[in-house]
Amino acid sequence: MTRSPCLLAGLVLAAILSSAAVAEPALVYSVGGRFDGSFNEAAWRGAERFAKETGESYRDFEIARDADSLQALRSFAARGLSPVVAIGFNQASAVDAAAKDYPQTSFSIVDMVVEAPNVRSVVFREHEGAYIAGLLAAMASQTGTIGFVGGMDIPIIRRFLCGYRQGAASISADTRVLFNMAGDTPAAFADPARGAELARSQIARGADVVIQAAGGTGIGVLQAVADAGKLGIGTDSNQNGLHPGKVLTSIRKRVDVAVHRNFSDARDGKWSADVQVLGLAEGGMDWVIDADNRKLVTPAMEAAARAAETAISEGRIQVHDAASDGECPL
Amino acid sequence: MSEELAIELVGIDKRFGPVHANKNIDLKVRKGSIHGIVGENGAGKSTLMSILYGFYHADGGEIRVDGKAVSIAGSQAAIALGIGMVHQHFMLVENFTVLENVILGAEGGPVLAGGVSRARAELKRLAADYDLKVDPDAVIGDLPVGLQQRVEILKALFRGADILILDEPTGVLTPAEADHLFRILRVLRDEGKTVLLITHKLREIMAATDHVSVMRRGEIVATRKTQKTSMGELAELMVGRRVLLEVAKGPATPGRPVLQVEGLTVRDGRGVDVVRDVSLEVRAGEIVGIAGVSGNGQSQLLEAIAGIRKVRSGSVTVDGTRIDLAATEVDAARMRRLGLAHVPEDRHRMGLVTRFPECENAILGYHHDPAYGRGAFLDYDAIRTAAREKIEKYDIRPPQCMLKTANFSGGNQQKIVLAREIERDPVILLVGQPTRGVDIGAIEFIHKRLVALRDAGKGVLLVSVELDEIRALADRVLVMFDGRVVGERAPETEDSELGLLMAGAAGQEAAE
Amino acid sequence: MTAGQLPRWADYILMPAINVAAAFIVSGLVVLLIGENPIEAVKVLVWGSLGWNEGIGFTLFYATNFIFTGLAVAIAFHAGLFNIGGEGQAYLGGLGVALACLALDRYVPWWVTLPFAVAGAAAFGAAWAFIPAVLQAKRGSHVVITTIMFNFIAASLMVYLLVNVMSKPGSMQPETRTFEDGGRLPLLQDVLPFTDFGSAPVNFSFLLALAACLFVWVLVWRTRLGYEIRTFGANQTAAVYAGISPVRITVVTMLISGGLAGMMAINEIMGSQHRLLIEFVSGYGFVGIAVALMGRAHPVGIVFAAILFGMLYQGGAELAFEMPAITRDMIVVIQGLVILFAGALEHMFRPALLRVFGVLSAPAGTPA
Repeated sequence: MTRSPCLLAGLVLAAILSSAAVAEPALVYSVGGRFDGSFNEAAWRGAERFAKETGESYRDFEIARDADSLQALRSFAARGLSPVVAIGFNQASAVDAAAKDYPQTSFSIVDMVVEAPNVRSVVFREHEGAYIAGLLAAMASQTGTIGFVGGMDIPIIRRFLCGYRQGAASISADTRVLFNMAGDTPAAFADPARGAELARSQIARGADVVIQAAGGTGIGVLQAVADAGKLGIGTDSNQNGLHPGKVLTSIRKRVDVAVHRNFSDARDGKWSADVQVLGLAEGGMDWVIDADNRKLVTPAMEAAARAAETAISEGRIQVHDAASDGECPL
Repeated sequence: MSEELAIELVGIDKRFGPVHANKNIDLKVRKGSIHGIVGENGAGKSTLMSILYGFYHADGGEIRVDGKAVSIAGSQAAIALGIGMVHQHFMLVENFTVLENVILGAEGGPVLAGGVSRARAELKRLAADYDLKVDPDAVIGDLPVGLQQRVEILKALFRGADILILDEPTGVLTPAEADHLFRILRVLRDEGKTVLLITHKLREIMAATDHVSVMRRGEIVATRKTQKTSMGELAELMVGRRVLLEVAKGPATPGRPVLQVEGLTVRDGRGVDVVRDVSLEVRAGEIVGIAGVSGNGQSQLLEAIAGIRKVRSGSVTVDGTRIDLAATEVDAARMRRLGLAHVPEDRHRMGLVTRFPECENAILGYHHDPAYGRGAFLDYDAIRTAAREKIEKYDIRPPQCMLKTANFSGGNQQKIVLAREIERDPVILLVGQPTRGVDIGAIEFIHKRLVALRDAGKGVLLVSVELDEIRALADRVLVMFDGRVVGERAPETEDSELGLLMAGAAGQEAAE
Repeated sequence: MTAGQLPRWADYILMPAINVAAAFIVSGLVVLLIGENPIEAVKVLVWGSLGWNEGIGFTLFYATNFIFTGLAVAIAFHAGLFNIGGEGQAYLGGLGVALACLALDRYVPWWVTLPFAVAGAAAFGAAWAFIPAVLQAKRGSHVVITTIMFNFIAASLMVYLLVNVMSKPGSMQPETRTFEDGGRLPLLQDVLPFTDFGSAPVNFSFLLALAACLFVWVLVWRTRLGYEIRTFGANQTAAVYAGISPVRITVVTMLISGGLAGMMAINEIMGSQHRLLIEFVSGYGFVGIAVALMGRAHPVGIVFAAILFGMLYQGGAELAFEMPAITRDMIVVIQGLVILFAGALEHMFRPALLRVFGVLSAPAGTPA
């Protein structure tokens, strides 16, 4: 069996490139694609920012299903790109396998830890961000009932929910937290109509602040909440502007920071295989106050949130990570 | 009568693959006449009418309507030319009213109200002009078939038909209803309409038409003035040789009973009892015929006995083994094992899987026979060998057991079914409409086989809507009407008497 | 009424080839529209999927999935049933495979585990088809509706099991632990001498898939049960007349269909992922419908159709790499066009082809 001349040339070129000082970086999005309005899009923004700042180029790829991941990672590695950044915990085992096959290539995985000598793992303490969200929601609520609409009932969403409940409980133990998951297939993260439906039902049961942790489904949540004149909380990227005055705040997970840092570290020769845990203290999680929600966040709320932020950063408040033991202590 | 032609066909030709359905047809139909087209099933009558109505496009030839050459691309075009068709199977929406059915497809705009009132007035006029009385607000499903047919005629007239084609219109009618239909047709003719009557029943041609064209094997072999011909001549023209309408058979020598049916009642899906408390007996060595107008429960009776149809009550005894059909789970396989064979009425729907090769149909129902394979597997060599034997014995053509069954002619398909059922050497054979859609040569063959089976000491229960066939074959005749056996007669009984029984006129005379 | 027939080779080879060619021509136009060279795109697609060892390996790996799901749909077709629940049945099949592997992988070699995994896959897949089958047979609830509903139930059940019951403690991922060697099928290149598929995951399951093709062929065309299935599918009234129980055939066929769909999990779970994870089926069950349609429900046709779809999957991924302007969505468009032409529009070229053959064979035509 003969390899095609074009691919052969590509491989030769790849060999030359990988020995060169600085290789082109690459990004592999998780299922959902580049413009998912959430996670992948944040990664893309980080890469774009890197490209704009440095004038360097990068390659990216959207996988259609998790099984494509390994192939994508290998293809990039074979073409000599480095570092190859994989977005999403679903790609963990693929990164693990690809890193073994291409020990000279640097890989990064966001949202999961893969232990290998050429893999950098970036994970976030989402529960810390969720804690702040819960705290603000409980303070903003008039009814004492707040809502949570998640995508699928999987550990990462459970962890977020648990952080949210802890934050709410820190204001008042009586705060009622309603929570629903949108579904059991990946479609659960891309179903705004379902999100809106769940949000409306929670509002009907008394919730007046509802957070979304459901990707594309969350767009529907925020819409329904805004339509009902209640408050929503955005996640992953800044969603305050979607419904100005109706989104209490947005809890950002700085995937863009993670990608940008990976790319620029490699360019600057500072890239190392390690595990980076990004929480509030490291700037990996944050929450947004801008013109769109300035009036919604009272000085008291802002003060309480900032205080909690500091306390968490300093370790005086430990937000329980539900994914560690599967339990939420509430 | 004017000599103006309503329809003229010149050199119409149509092939379906290897089948030459219409060969160079020339036909002249005079305006204001009733023109019969008679021929055996498969002679090409329906194809010709379908070409005239735009269902098929002729490969060659010309159609002239009112003297002008036309091209008829579809039924809409036909309607525009004033051609209306009353199909053998009615094209009516059962749960619509008469009025709604009449305007269906001719609503005259998106808003119904205007069209409806206009249609009502028009319907009234038509009813008065042509003696076609139907309640416009009756629901079709509630009407007897005779009236449903009238609605079909009204539909065609409502669309402005001057030329009316009726395809086998009497198949579903009692003799009285048929007479009424012919009266209507004569009124239509007298009012200037032209009627084309397609049938294979010579009696109707003689009774109703002015002219008659005979079709045989895709050709028009003769056109006659009806008054100047006879049934004998027409039959000979149809078949192409002198026809023996009688089957040579000796007197029956009935032996022990091989089939006893007691108190059989079948309720159909609509909750109507279609077979009511039927009891009958068939002895070894006799043919029992069940006569009746189609749709009086004969089909369901046969299917119930064969174990295919669920019954409400009743039992069947086959060769001494009694089975309570209502109380036990019965299927066709069990009845077969008892020695009951069944040639169903509708070979396409039931007796054959037309997309299978011939040899696979030759084992339908008997595919578990150890002769056809070992264990879970089928032995195709054995199947083919057995099929070839039957092909030879029954002269099935073409003699190719791997040919798709759909590619055999109707008569040969029927022979495939008969060969399969008779060659199993059953104690009792149920036969429904054995010669429907079968050419005359095959009819003779099939009739001989059935008589031979009788003479071999088997029982035969024959259901047919062709009274001639019942007379020719049966040793005893039972008449069914409205789900009941309303009488038993000898096959020599007068037509008029049997006709009265079939029309239910004899009331509730019980079968002995 | 369709008059005439095509010769078998034309029916099974020429027709699909024309359909695929048409799909590619239309796809080419779309590629042209976005400013790329369609010839180049086809080259990349074909080379990417067949031009080098690893590409072939990936193509065969995907094809393995499609063969199983395609056979599942095909066998149901033969009984006139439209099983579109391959997705859920394969998902549940994965559970069967995983249970076998998790129980045995530490103690026995793979070839001991395999029969249990196959049994588990088939049993769980069949079980998932059983309820829709019974509902269809006894109550007349259409399998199209019930099987698709069961896809969702399968998704919910599996998420529940993977999150709450089967996941590794403390893991963020809804998936089981990774199987040890006893739960991993060998790669095809390790089984067949003189083959090299690079690092492609094509594995022993491919041979299993071919065996399944043979099994289906024998079952459908050489057994009494297959005869009953075909009779039932071709003409239900005739089947009842022949004493064939509709209930039995519906249920048995759906069980076989579900079992075949479940076997797809052997390839993904035991052959490649080596762990049970959510959403591993990711549409293979649905593509199986297109594969079965295109392969005319015949195992040989299904193998070819499966390889074609494997090529589209693998070559499509290569294409997205080589020509960034052709995005993933474009690949889906191309795949969609193939399904459209091969499945939905399959009768589009038939009349023309019939005419061509009619003209060619007219001199030899015999009058009836």
